[in-house]
Amino acid sequence: MILIALAYLGFFAVAGLMLVLLERRIAAWFQLRIGPNRVGPQGLLQTMADALKLVSKELTGTVKADKFLYNLAPYFVIITSLMALAVFPFSQKIQAFDINIGIFFLIAISSIGVIGILLGGWASNNKYSLIGAMRSGVQTISYELSVGLSLLTMILLTGSLQLSEIVETQKHGWLIVQGHVPAIIAFMIYMIAGTAETNRAPFDLVEAESELGAGFHTEYSGMKFAYFFLAEFINMFIIAAIATTVFFGAWLSPFGITESIPWLGVFWFLLKAMVLVFLMMWFRWTFPRLRIDQLLTLEWKYLLPINLVNIILMALLVWNNLIIKF
Amino acid sequence: MTNEALQNLIGSWFPNSEATPTSEVKESPETAEVSEEPDEPQKAINPSLLEFSEEGSEFLNVTVQPEHLHDLMSRLKNDKQTKFDYLFCLTGVDWEPELGVVYHLESTTHRHNIVVKVKTADRENPNFDSVWDIWRTAEFHEREVFDFFGIKFNNHPNLKRLFLTPNWEGFPLRKDYVDEVNMVTK
Amino acid sequence: MEEATVIDKNFKTEPYQINMGPQHPATHGVLNLLLTIDGEIIKKVEPDLGYIHRSIEKMCEADSYQQIVHLTDRMDYLSANINNEAVCLVVEKALELEVPDRVKVIRTIIGELTRISSHCLWWGVMGMDVGALTTYFYGFRDREMLNDIFEETCGARLTMNYNVPGGLMFDIHPNFVKRVKKFIKHFKTKIPEYDRLLTGNVIFQKRTKGVGVLSKEDAISFGTSGPVARASGVSCDVRKHHPYSALDRVTFKEALKTEGDTFARYQVRIMELWESLSIVEQLIDNIPEGEYREKTNAVIKLPKGEYYQKVETARGELGVYVISTGTKNPYRFKFRSPGFSNLSALNHMAVGGKIGDLVAIMATLDLVIPDIDR
Repeated sequence: MILIALAYLGFFAVAGLMLVLLERRIAAWFQLRIGPNRVGPQGLLQTMADALKLVSKELTGTVKADKFLYNLAPYFVIITSLMALAVFPFSQKIQAFDINIGIFFLIAISSIGVIGILLGGWASNNKYSLIGAMRSGVQTISYELSVGLSLLTMILLTGSLQLSEIVETQKHGWLIVQGHVPAIIAFMIYMIAGTAETNRAPFDLVEAESELGAGFHTEYSGMKFAYFFLAEFINMFIIAAIATTVFFGAWLSPFGITESIPWLGVFWFLLKAMVLVFLMMWFRWTFPRLRIDQLLTLEWKYLLPINLVNIILMALLVWNNLIIKF
Repeated sequence: MTNEALQNLIGSWFPNSEATPTSEVKESPETAEVSEEPDEPQKAINPSLLEFSEEGSEFLNVTVQPEHLHDLMSRLKNDKQTKFDYLFCLTGVDWEPELGVVYHLESTTHRHNIVVKVKTADRENPNFDSVWDIWRTAEFHEREVFDFFGIKFNNHPNLKRLFLTPNWEGFPLRKDYVDEVNMVTK
Repeated sequence: MEEATVIDKNFKTEPYQINMGPQHPATHGVLNLLLTIDGEIIKKVEPDLGYIHRSIEKMCEADSYQQIVHLTDRMDYLSANINNEAVCLVVEKALELEVPDRVKVIRTIIGELTRISSHCLWWGVMGMDVGALTTYFYGFRDREMLNDIFEETCGARLTMNYNVPGGLMFDIHPNFVKRVKKFIKHFKTKIPEYDRLLTGNVIFQKRTKGVGVLSKEDAISFGTSGPVARASGVSCDVRKHHPYSALDRVTFKEALKTEGDTFARYQVRIMELWESLSIVEQLIDNIPEGEYREKTNAVIKLPKGEYYQKVETARGELGVYVISTGTKNPYRFKFRSPGFSNLSALNHMAVGGKIGDLVAIMATLDLVIPDIDR
């Protein structure tokens, strides 16, 4: 058990670093420049160098900050991110923790991450951090609803919260194809809400560099800052991975072409997750930012009603057996 | 409106009570006490309390006494024929030995310009009326003039230094400002 | 009887003060804004200036007129050429010096190219301020082409100092006309790209429509000029009302909008980009032959009197006011900078909005702080 945990930790720490590098190269590609390509071949060791730098930095702290909470906050965020990684089915055999409330577990875990952000903003004793933390708290709580409801729409098709069961049902066709119209709507809502959950653009006013310095993690430096930073990227991967599992069939290959080679499942899973990660990065570097009241209006007045109607639509479809099954 | 017409119109708002009967006499009541002294008894006395001049400048210049400043300015803005609604330049000047302010006005409807000058010989405690309530742009400009010349403006909402630090001593743009350390005079 | 729950009537929120300090990514230079905020709503904005005050006006009283030209392009460094032109024009007006046609046409072309370059930077930074970080690079890519053209002809990329009283410092480089034509062709495909990226974006429109409204009377009363005033419907383009150099021989439309909100200011600047391109196109093919400089004395002394010259920079109306007593240094040299008056309207526009709106409004005011602080 311990070995598996260590293996996961090791793999995903490195994967987090790779994601950061990928983001920087993709951002550079959108911005007509090259991005880091000096440290190591194609810049692969760049984030290694950054991590080493962060580890060796002095851990500053403000004098009036609440010491215990200030030190505790980053751990909330990074631990919840890593916990969520345990339940994903990377392949038929590779799944660390297959509990029967899989989806519920994932949504619950991501809610705990908010506490870390609020603690970090409050304990820094800095007006800007507090504003950033408050904005983030309100944003995450609102969008969790949409994430949960859109996932619930797909659960109607599978009848089970367990992740391996969900993948089993997708052997008759990916859920996004099975559910056609309501599933596509649910996917779009899920992507929007998922981007908002991870505080990424266009919903990144939590860390709006142009407005408030750096938001809730202004006062953090060194390894603690690295935790916040890493947690953001792992969260992005988690959102993409959940979407892959629920909408796109996790480790199943399209049209079942390579089912005879089971270990290729990992490759398919990662490929689908990477496409969604690229999509999220594309959002970030193209769109301007929403204001906080526009963000909340979007959720409560538009996404939530659409979601509720969508669930009813999906329920009608399932009841009348109008889903596409191969 | 041409400069001639402007001069006649604006001059008529502030008639000089010491004007001789041979010059144009208006029916309007006298505004304030006489504040202008005629140069010589033989010269025709200026029919208005304001001085007009066009030499050395491309615009019509009006020199007004500090006590009529606010009155003149509000009339310049509100009167339909002049309608100077755009104050585009407010400058403080140290005319040794007097301190003064120069206002450049333009009308966006009639497209004519005028320059209003006001001076005071009091260098210890110079003050004029603020025209902030007439043109909102004056708020910042008057703060700048106060910062550099020390001219105070009555009824200004927020008269404090703008560019220099609050504890700066002296008024740099005055001609008698001395700074041994920072100023290099040839 | 049971008591209803009492809402504590003493519960009130308190506004707090924040420094949007001199070092801040959104204030375009060293501007300190003292914000009084209640939650997220802004109650008062007070600018605190002077961080880059270099006493240019006092220095002018000890400098010769040729030296003063070099001080002006450190004020509003994004329209450096137009600032230089202003001082040269005022000196030529005072001396009643008639510059050759060639000089006038080249001055206008370079002035309009400077305006395009300034607006390219403005567009990039506008996108960056509302969150679309990629637009910065696109704006700068086009500005780099212009900087290269300027470097070849004028010798510098930012503080050009190409205009001198009496004409130009050197003649234009032989490649100038060819490169400018190539740039015009390239840029005509880029402005629609800018429109696709930012103008048509729903999120951007929601961030800017209805935000920071400035009515027409307020715009005139605050003394605003340039795109800020034109977006509120005030027709104040100096190039139309008091044309200088070769601007009386070109035809162009004045960009006017009536809504007065942030989106209108944005649209006015985009329209100005098209108009500037059209002006350069009209002039670039017919640069008259002739001298590039008119001889003046080595020591310029303006005759006694007062002189005022207005020009239209990318920010608005720059005024140069000279009081001369006949000596070789001016008695008083005043710069009426456009940013100063535009900034005074900020409090009026931002009160009642949110911090995000303040950032969007500041982006469209397009302030350059050295211009305000002089």
